[in-house]
Amino acid sequence: MKEITFTVTDPLGIHARPAGILVKEAKKYASKITVWKGDKSCDMRKLLALMGMAVKQGDTINVQVEGDDEEACAAAIEKFLKENF
Amino acid sequence: MVVATGKSILNGIAIGKIKIYKAPVYDINMNQIEDVEAEVARFDAAIEKAIKQQGILYEKAKKDAGEESAGIFEAHQLMLEDEDLQDAAKEIITSQKRSAEYATKTAFDEYAQMFAEMDDPYMKARSADLLDVETDVLDFLMGNDTSSMQGTEPSILVAEDLAPSETVKLDKSLLLGMITREGSSNSHTAILARSMNLPSLIQCKDIDDSWDGKMAILDGYNSCVYIEPTDDLMQSLSAKHAEDVKKLALLQELKGKPSVTLDGTSVHVYANIGGPSDLGSVNENDAEGVGLFRSEFVYLNSKEEPTEEQQFTAYKRVVETLAPKLVIIRTCDIGADKTIDYMHLDKEENPALGFRAIRICLTRKEFFKKQLRALLRASAFGNMGIMFPMIISKWELMEAKALLEECKAELIKEGHKIGKYQLGIMIETPASVLVADDLAEEVDFFSLGTNDLTQYTCAIDRQNAKLERFSDTHHPAVLKAIQMTIDAGHRHNTWVGICGELGADPTLTETFLRMGIDELSVNAKSVLPLRKIIRSTDLSK
Repeated sequence: MKEITFTVTDPLGIHARPAGILVKEAKKYASKITVWKGDKSCDMRKLLALMGMAVKQGDTINVQVEGDDEEACAAAIEKFLKENF
Repeated sequence: MVVATGKSILNGIAIGKIKIYKAPVYDINMNQIEDVEAEVARFDAAIEKAIKQQGILYEKAKKDAGEESAGIFEAHQLMLEDEDLQDAAKEIITSQKRSAEYATKTAFDEYAQMFAEMDDPYMKARSADLLDVETDVLDFLMGNDTSSMQGTEPSILVAEDLAPSETVKLDKSLLLGMITREGSSNSHTAILARSMNLPSLIQCKDIDDSWDGKMAILDGYNSCVYIEPTDDLMQSLSAKHAEDVKKLALLQELKGKPSVTLDGTSVHVYANIGGPSDLGSVNENDAEGVGLFRSEFVYLNSKEEPTEEQQFTAYKRVVETLAPKLVIIRTCDIGADKTIDYMHLDKEENPALGFRAIRICLTRKEFFKKQLRALLRASAFGNMGIMFPMIISKWELMEAKALLEECKAELIKEGHKIGKYQLGIMIETPASVLVADDLAEEVDFFSLGTNDLTQYTCAIDRQNAKLERFSDTHHPAVLKAIQMTIDAGHRHNTWVGICGELGADPTLTETFLRMGIDELSVNAKSVLPLRKIIRSTDLSK
């Protein structure tokens, strides 16, 4: 399992449109991707659940990636988070 | 005459008949159903059609209002594709034996409610998106036709609220303005109104069905609508409306034209911007580049010191978006008057003359290097200028340049790409004007910060109302300082621009052009009016 810790700098947080692109990115991989904020968690492939976590600027999220392509997947997700949030 | 007030989205006037826009009534079948499988299949088919529809709306919105406004339909697609949501609806069909309509309404409403209860206003507004896609699915299930709701003549549309898919489906040629009872400045009605330049009122609580078909004036300047206005009002606002239309057409006509005087002297007109959210305004107003990008936003929007990576992402986004236009980024200009907690700056008696800008950066070199490294890395993605503020002595410039070289060497060693960039300084102190010849040898450009230059030259605090009588923004000493800077720059092939407020002062445009200024950087809204003045100026006379 790979883990990523990321602090959101985008003033809007993880909002609808980029959250949508994030979900699309996550769907490219076979690995199970779980997003944690505090003690809440959700599957990164699920847009509404992800938006429902209300991740705001300054929030730190923890992403766990588990599966056959976890290396590539974690690297791609981390890069994507840095560039977009 | 009836007057109703609301919140205006943009300054402008719309005159025409009111058309009340009413969404169809959804009569949901509450009965139990027999064939569960067939009902699930109906639901799946409607979802699929709705997903396709969002794709069509995306293309339409992109054409009408640009990529930014269209993006929401992509999000809509993903909402419709959401497994949790679909499963919730199907569960209601199978376990409760209810109609696909009932299941759609119940499941979507529940998710919408979840967003409505969030405390973040942006997320709250997203509940409207869910209700919007819900309506689309219901329309497909029930076979509703929503075209023809707009009437046949151009009118001011009045509605309780307009969902994004409704606003996009609207025939724009029949649309003079919009008034809604609900809506926020973040709503899609507002976004669409701004991007299409449509006068609009939101949160207009007094809208009434009896307005339908009546003559009205929507006055965006005064945030109100007049129903059956008096003749006097009609006359004066029609005149104002005609003037707006003329002005807008004239400015639109100037888009894409060079900023060149009648005798052929050309000058660059750039925009000043304060953060990534202003990027759109640069192209909207046809600025030829960005003469001053204040990097403070990366410091002010963060609770702790931004990392190199965070800064790199921000700068890269800016230069990449605007490439190949030149974007001049001014390095950190915070100081004792703009305090940031994590910087731990002492309170000072005289902040304007205190520990600020380049003085902080040359004292806290590791802090400064983070920004320089981020800038250098971003330079590979567009056409960038790096500008140091508050320089008074050549050694400061040399020290800053040495740090820049140090960062460059490090980055190259680490395998990073670095692009070509221009290097410049702000001329905003009398000292820098007097040693401009020495400074010009070391840089590609000067940018005159006339606000501080005036304050430091005249020793006048512009915020102090008591000094108004003594204050003169056109003080000959300031104008002379500008001329000296231009001359010194040109002796060393250094181009000279103005990025202070004086640059947008139309009464000085000709003066600056005669002085030989190479660039004027002004707020985005002033770009086209300034171009108009330049294009009508003749320096040969």
